[in-house]
Parts: sequence; C-alpha cells; structure tokens
Amino acid sequence: MKLEARGVSVTVHDRKLVENASLQVSGGELVGLIGPNGAGKSTLLRAILGIRAISAGRILLDGGDFLAMPPLKRANAVAFLPQERRVEWRLPAYDIVMLGRYPHQSGFGGPAPEDRAAVDRALDAVDGHGLVDQPVAVLSGGERTRILLARALAAESPLLLVDEPIAALDPYHQLHVMEILRERAHTGAGILAVIHDLTLVARFMDRLVLMNAGRIIADGSPADVLNAEQLASVYRISGSPPQRIS
Amino acid sequence: MKPLLPYPVLIAGLAALVGGLAFVSMVVGPATAGTFELFSMMTHGESDTAWMIMREVRLPRTALAMLVGMSLGMAGAALQGFLRNPLADPGVFGVSPAASLGAVLALYTGVSVQMPLALPLMGIAGALLCALLLHGLARRGGMLTLVLAGVAVSSLCAAVMSLALNLSPNPYAAAEIMFWLMGSVTDRSMDHVLLAGPLILLGWAILGASGRSLDALSLGEEAAASLGVDLRRTRTLVVAGTAICVGAGTAVAGGIGFIGLVVPHLLRPLVGHAPSRLLLASALGGGALLLAADILVRLLMFGPELKLGVLTALVGAPFFLWLIFRARTELES
Repeated sequence: MKLEARGVSVTVHDRKLVENASLQVSGGELVGLIGPNGAGKSTLLRAILGIRAISAGRILLDGGDFLAMPPLKRANAVAFLPQERRVEWRLPAYDIVMLGRYPHQSGFGGPAPEDRAAVDRALDAVDGHGLVDQPVAVLSGGERTRILLARALAAESPLLLVDEPIAALDPYHQLHVMEILRERAHTGAGILAVIHDLTLVARFMDRLVLMNAGRIIADGSPADVLNAEQLASVYRISGSPPQRIS
Repeated sequence: MKPLLPYPVLIAGLAALVGGLAFVSMVVGPATAGTFELFSMMTHGESDTAWMIMREVRLPRTALAMLVGMSLGMAGAALQGFLRNPLADPGVFGVSPAASLGAVLALYTGVSVQMPLALPLMGIAGALLCALLLHGLARRGGMLTLVLAGVAVSSLCAAVMSLALNLSPNPYAAAEIMFWLMGSVTDRSMDHVLLAGPLILLGWAILGASGRSLDALSLGEEAAASLGVDLRRTRTLVVAGTAICVGAGTAVAGGIGFIGLVVPHLLRPLVGHAPSRLLLASALGGGALLLAADILVRLLMFGPELKLGVLTALVGAPFFLWLIFRARTELES
C-alpha cells in the first residue's frame, strides 16, 4: 500500500505552516521525517491523516482520494501514534491497547478472538505483557510509550505514522522502539516517523525526508540527506554527518 | 486494578437495586397511606383505594424518580467521558437552567393554571431551544466554545428566572416558582410520565450511541480521530442526548443537582474506568440514588416535605467534597 501527499499546504491565519509538501511512504519502508522544531513535521502528519484541514494539495492512498474515504476505512489503512501521551482516566494498559482495534470492531459484544490475538501480538512486540493490568497513568514514560505504541501496532494496519516515538526516552528504550519500528517495516508495513535523533535516523531509516520552514527540502537516503551543508543550513550545526551502521 | 465484579454482574446488581427501590417506592408513603395501611386496605375490602393510590400517586412518582435519576446519571457519565473532565455535570451546557426557565415562565405567566401540562411542555421547549443553540455553536466552534456558551446560557437563564421572581405579581406565585425550582417528583401525574418518558428514552438511545467513541477519546482527540472516531458526530450525539433526556427530566421534576456529578465518580472504578461501560452503570446508579432519595424524603417527616433537589444537594455536595479530597492525587495526575 502507498500513501502519498501531493503538493500539500496548511495555512492558519495567513501563516503557512506547510507549503507545497510532497512525500510518499510505501509498504516495507521505514521513512524518517526530520527537521528542526517548527518545521511543520507534526502538522504535515496531521494533514496527511485528515486531522488538520489542508488548504491545497491532495492525499492519495494507492492513487485514490484518502481524505474522501470514510473515517473507519482511513483508520483501517493508516494507524497513528500522536505526540500527545496523556491518557485520561485510569484505564488499564490492556484496554488502551485494545482501543487500537477500534476500527475493526462493530461496537456490539466484546472484543472478538482476533482482536485479542492482535493485542497479544502487539504486546509481544513491545514486550508489554507485564504491564497490562496497570493503569497507564502510573506507568513510567518509557512504559507508557511502549503501551501507546502497542495500541498503534494492534491495529495491524498496512501503514503507520508516528510522531516523536522516542522523545523523552533513555538510550536503551530509544533503541528498543526503533527496533520495533524496523521489525514492523520488515514485515511489510510502511512507516513514517518524526524523529529528532539524527544518529538514530541515520542508523535505522531507509529513507529520510527533511523539512524546514514548512517546506520539504530533501528526500533521499540518509547519506544523501544528512550531508554537512544541509546540517549547517537547516540545523545550524556543523560537523561530520552520522554514519550508518549495518 | 481489575474491577472487583465482572461487568454483567455489576449491571445485574444495579438493575436489581433499581427494581427493589422502585418496589419500595410503590409501597412506602406518609403515615395516612403507609405500607401497613396500604396492605390493610387491600385485605379489608378497600383494595380499590389502595390500587388507586399506587397507580395515580405512587406510580408516576416512582417512574419519574427512576427516569430522571437515570437520565442524570447517564448524561453525567457521557459528559465527563466526552469532556474528559471529572467535574462536568449535566448542567454544564446550560440545558437544565434552560428547561427550568421554560417552566418558570409557564408559572409566571399563569399559563400553567389554565393548562397544567404547559409547565413541562414549556420546560421541554426551553431545553430544546438551548440544545439547538448549542448545536449551532458546536458545528462551528470547539469544545471550549460550547462549555463557555453553556456558562453564558446558564447565567442568562438564572437572570431571567430572578427577573420573573422579582416581577412576580404576588408572594404565592413567587413561592410557587421557588418551590418548583427546588426540584421534586411529588404530585406528578401519569401525563407527566407520558410526556417526558419518550423524550427521555430517545435521549438515552442517543447517548448510548456515543459510548464507543468516548472510550477512544481517552487517548485524546487526535488519536481518537485517527482511530476513525467522527468527533463532530460524537459531539452532536452527546450534546443532543444530554439536552433531550436531561431537558425533559428537568421540565417535569425541576432542578435536581449532584446526581450527575457524583454517581459517575462512585461507579467509575467499578467498571474499570471505561467511559462506555460507565454509561449504563451510571444510569442505573443515578436511578437507584434518586429513588432512594425520594423514599427518604417521604420518610423524613418534620413539617413540610423536603424537596428532592434540596436533599440531593444537601447530601451530594459534602459527599462530593469528600470524594474530591480522597481522589485529589488521582485528579491532579
């Protein structure tokens, strides 16, 4: 499956947050969306998902108009892990992960056996079986991220968009989450992830899309995108680009 | 952290509690028609009188206490889930004050004297007008707009009700308005039940349809939207459902506070904190609590009968304070 943004602009009060942005993500690839704070990365993700209204451009799923699809069909195709990690009420972690099955459920009767199986697989992926009975509110930041990631994985959708999945995690958990995402891409999912850590994106991502001031200014392999010139002009830092370890 | 009782057992238990209290409410009454008097009438050839009391006096009272209590409990649970705020209650959108205003105007203008059913009808009209206004706002603005508009509508309704009291032609009319505002299910007829009942059922059905989206909203609006929740539809369901069932309830019973605020708090841990499961549990809990309060009002016999709304606020407010105090760490997290 292929999700494509074509010439997307998002304007709020005459301020262009995203301008003429085009990118695509296909099944099996792990794509990093990078750029400095305020570049428009999260806004672009929301625009692609239809959470944020777009002022120009189109979002296409396998060539069809994604935003014209009914919300549940969209949810079936593309799962999303927002930056917001707050969970209301003291819902146990298992129920939170089960919410990932929302687009698959009719609302009548409890969860079906395949829903439970999918939740189990998602919990396997994040190593979260030990947390299922605890309310998410009492979990540590790392545990909470893993449970919320499991929620996004439980949908088992062909495409996954994640917004800063490793923010505020320690190095071990950052690597853990990146490995989960890579694993998921290897099994055929297309993943677009906003990530700030340039070392990790160079190491894990198949392709990088670099944004600055609302525009996409580079799209290619980590080695091509993370060159000294880009780093200097976009991030205002100097140094040698990180190396890919494989 | 698993709930103590499985959900079906909890619901069955609460339903049995409502049924039991409804039965007690049918047979308990003031001394002249207390339980024993009622049974002795039945066994001494006066069963017609006994049945008449039950059918004409107790049945509407019981049915209304149950319907209104259930509406308040369910709407409170739906609003707290939707606004993701444990302090939300059915009055938050100004629906109850609007319904009260309609009823007060019926009392003030004297229409209710010529036509008794004008009072609940005008109350329902007030609630529906308020709901339409909110619906218009909800289509364009966000949640905050809606809540602030609710505050404004409430204030305006309170002001107009004060004006009606201020200008009331004689002290009796003013007293009548005051008493009505306190909330009660005493001296209602089956006409009231038949008038409000269908609307209340409709409101429940609408609120029930929002349940699953409320669960998804625990993750925040963005995540819910990405799961396929239509936020605008959910908002319409919650606002319309609340306006219809609480509006119709207020129109026949007056303003009854704290049920919608307290009951969801009490039952939330028992349903594993899931907003969708809380809807039905909280409805049954609200029904049970208001039935119990109405029975208590009849048994507490000193001077004039205590108004139901006075009792719920008198007991509910300190209880709510205690709840907040106990749960303050949870609320702040």
